[in-house]
Order: sequence, then C-alpha cells, then structure tokens
Amino acid sequence: MKHRDLTSRGNVDQIMKETKKQGGLNAEIQSRIGHQLRAMYDDVVRQGVPDRFAELIRKLDDPAEVAKHLAETDEQQAAKNDGRD
Amino acid sequence: MPLTDQLRDDILASVPSLRAFAISLSGNGDRADDLVQETLLRAIANIDSFQPGSNLPAWLFTILRNLFRSDYRKRRREVEDAEGNYAKTLKTQPAQNAHLEFEEFRAALDKLPQDQREALILVGASGFSYEDAAAICGCAVGTIKSRVNRARSKLSALLYVEGAEDFGPDDTVRAVIGGNGG
Repeated sequence: MKHRDLTSRGNVDQIMKETKKQGGLNAEIQSRIGHQLRAMYDDVVRQGVPDRFAELIRKLDDPAEVAKHLAETDEQQAAKNDGRD
Repeated sequence: MPLTDQLRDDILASVPSLRAFAISLSGNGDRADDLVQETLLRAIANIDSFQPGSNLPAWLFTILRNLFRSDYRKRRREVEDAEGNYAKTLKTQPAQNAHLEFEEFRAALDKLPQDQREALILVGASGFSYEDAAAICGCAVGTIKSRVNRARSKLSALLYVEGAEDFGPDDTVRAVIGGNGG
C-alpha cells in the first residue's frame, strides 16, 4: 500500500488554512479524499482473482451444480441466522 | 443468454472489483468474500436474465449490493474490531503513518450512512457513471449525485475540519496556549 500521492497530515492543516483564505473552497480536500478512496479500493483490486473464485466459476458449467451450491449457501445462512436470533 | 465461455471470463474479470466493492461496503474481508461467492452463484443461476450487450459489471454489482442489503437488514452491522479486519485482507501492510491514516479513513467511511457510502464508492472508486450507479442502487440520478456530495462533505468534516483551526480555541485551550506560549 503506497500513499505516495498523498500529502502528510501537517500539509492538510496548511491546505485548510489556504483554502479558507480562498473563501472555503475545499477542492484540495476533495482531491485527497478521492485519492484515499481509490487507494483503498485499488489495493483490493490488485489482489486479482483468488483461487477459490476461479475454481468456483470453472465448476459451475453445470446448472445442477449451481443449484446445489446455492442450496448449501442458503442452509448455512439459515443456520447462522437461527444461531443469532 | 446462455453461459458462454466469454461470459464466464467476463464474470471472472469482474471478481477483483466485486471484492473491492464488497470489502468497502462491509468492512470485513471474510464476509466480503462470502458476498462475492453468493453473487457469482446467483449471477450464474440467473444468467438467462442478463441482457446480452448490457453492462455486465453493473449487473453483478446490483446483485451484490442487493445481497448485502438483505443480509444487513437481517443481522445489522456486526461490531467491527478496532484493528480493522479490513487491514488483514491487504497483502502489503502500509507503512506505519500511512497505516494510521488509512485506518482513520476507513473509520470515517464507516460512519457514513449506508446510502451515502455505497454511492460514493460506486462513483468515486468503482468508476461507474452517475447513471449506472443510480441503476445499481435503484434510485434517481439526482439522488445519487446528492448522496455523493453529502458523503464527500461529511468525510471532509470527519477527517479534516476537526484538526484545522476552524472553530477557534475555547477558554481552556486559550489558557493552555497562553501559558505555554509566552
């Protein structure tokens, strides 16, 4: 995870002062939020496709196989909810 | 349409961004992968209802978002651990300062109302148009725009306004500053 594009916290305070001088425009802050959001998101995207999903898709040629998996998922879900309530 | 090899490849190619979306929504890596798995199963089970030539990622995101919503209603949000499960899903741990900043960002994101959080992620991170995001969330384009704007304002308030000298020091702070200042 690299935050090389991001300014340090001290700089943010500076930016806040400067943007206040500019009449409260907070374009710098918004740009920073955009960077952070994408950094967080792209970090996961870069992990690619975990094996479990590649295998799952390969196995799911067969509609019967899909139905079986879905039934299992529903059962697990029901069990979890029973346990919780 | 039937599940062709091409379609299967396209679905698989959407997995990384589906995971990123699921983790951003749920804040929990394990639960996010369960959501992705169920999304893939439901997508393939209902592949007949996919319109050829329409936006496959948007269709998949819609399924995932609806699953997350119904799951959310059932069990509400589980308490997140303080360290953040999300960080554990990262292959490379951020450096210390960046890590702290990252956790702050994550915590602020979690404080947004769900409608606003999902709108911001879809437009600001997944790169969907306002129109696609509106279709995914089942609401008007104007609604998405206003949710994104409110999300941005709230995040900037949570992350940056407190630290700035916006509100002026109160008496106690002023006394401390006066005492130390000289």
